[in-house]
Amino acid sequence: MRGFTISDVLTMLAAVQWTATLVVLALAFGAPLALLLARMCTGRSRLARLLATGILQLVQGVPVLGLLMFFYFGMPVFLGIKVPALVSVGAAFTIFTAAFLGEIWRGGIQAVHVAQGEAAACLGLTRWQTFRHVIAPQAFRIALPATVGFLVQLIKNTSLASVVGFVELARAGQLASAATFQPLLSYACVAAIYFALCFPLTLWSRSLEDKLNGAR
Amino acid sequence: MLQLNFNQLWRYQDEFLHGMSLTLLLTLVATLAGLAIGLAGAAAAGSRFAALRLFVRSYVEVIRNTPALIQLFLIFFVLPYAGLRLPPVYAAAAALSIYMGAYASEIIRGGLASIPRSQIEAGQCLGLTRWQVFRHVILPPALRNIYPSITSQIVLLLLGTSLASQVSAPELFHAAAFVESRTFRSFEVYAVVCAIYFTLVLAFRLAFAGIGRIAFRWPTGR
Repeated sequence: MRGFTISDVLTMLAAVQWTATLVVLALAFGAPLALLLARMCTGRSRLARLLATGILQLVQGVPVLGLLMFFYFGMPVFLGIKVPALVSVGAAFTIFTAAFLGEIWRGGIQAVHVAQGEAAACLGLTRWQTFRHVIAPQAFRIALPATVGFLVQLIKNTSLASVVGFVELARAGQLASAATFQPLLSYACVAAIYFALCFPLTLWSRSLEDKLNGAR
Repeated sequence: MLQLNFNQLWRYQDEFLHGMSLTLLLTLVATLAGLAIGLAGAAAAGSRFAALRLFVRSYVEVIRNTPALIQLFLIFFVLPYAGLRLPPVYAAAAALSIYMGAYASEIIRGGLASIPRSQIEAGQCLGLTRWQVFRHVILPPALRNIYPSITSQIVLLLLGTSLASQVSAPELFHAAAFVESRTFRSFEVYAVVCAIYFTLVLAFRLAFAGIGRIAFRWPTGR
């Protein structure tokens, strides 16, 4: 048994890079998927709408832990090969991000007034031009506060990757707690680091929201 | 390619059912306790005492900006050092209630704040007492405003109860781990559990939508 020292804190801070890696992976692959889902939900094709809505509902109706386990044990089943934990965990958070961001962005797109789209059509813009130059910029402003708010949810949820043994911040805390028998210090430290990551984002999201409300 | 085999899981129906009942119980307890904390929090957020306001603010921000898993670990692993050894289910119920309370108090505070000042003044002009203003002018539209957020928060809470498995409270997700250890059909077990959660969520959403339609029938006038 050893005491809780500054090196434990440094190990935790180093583990933040894996939390960050997960967040970046989830956003890099999840955000394009989310955009696709949001477009499908608001598009003209009935089939696409049904499919996208179904996917959103399904992923949002399952615990993140369930998603993690599903991909952790499922990827070898479907792909027939063993994949590193980073890949299966990354895939789970990609799907998680796609579903929740997709929902937020769908709301953003639908919040843009219908007349805007009609006006664009009257000007002879194509459907893509309408989305790119008329709908998307306004939807982006509307959805930005919630998008930043989702980042906080994503960072917090990456802590669940610890359950399949992926060593990120939460797992580093568990290891420190087990090694030092100092759960209070270990977990308080982990919580403080998460708070330091998330709180600025929360404040940013809130100020964006105030600006948006003020502008209306 | 591995072979999928769901047949072995049928024998463990009881484990899944027991897990599900604890999942629902945890959801119910944390919802009720969370709403109570939320009401108190929203009331304290509008209090005259700066210290009380600061306390509620920090509670809400700390809980909302740290992972629920870590909060659960803090309660489960740290309280014993203070001489309070909670069984896993109680620790999970406490952690989830505290978690729900923070979100609920923010939602309720927002709902109360969304009532236009002029509407309250109009009520006062009609000679209503403070209680009557609250009961007839503030409460109905505030409830209507917060209903969608509160109900989707309850659905998130239902999914969040799966965290209780990490301190070995025998709810649905923990039942999954147990069945997995007996059958080694990891993927099948978690696929089934995900399906159960999804069914529960769907049932909750439908029920909330139905209740909302009946409870908030009056026209908005907007």
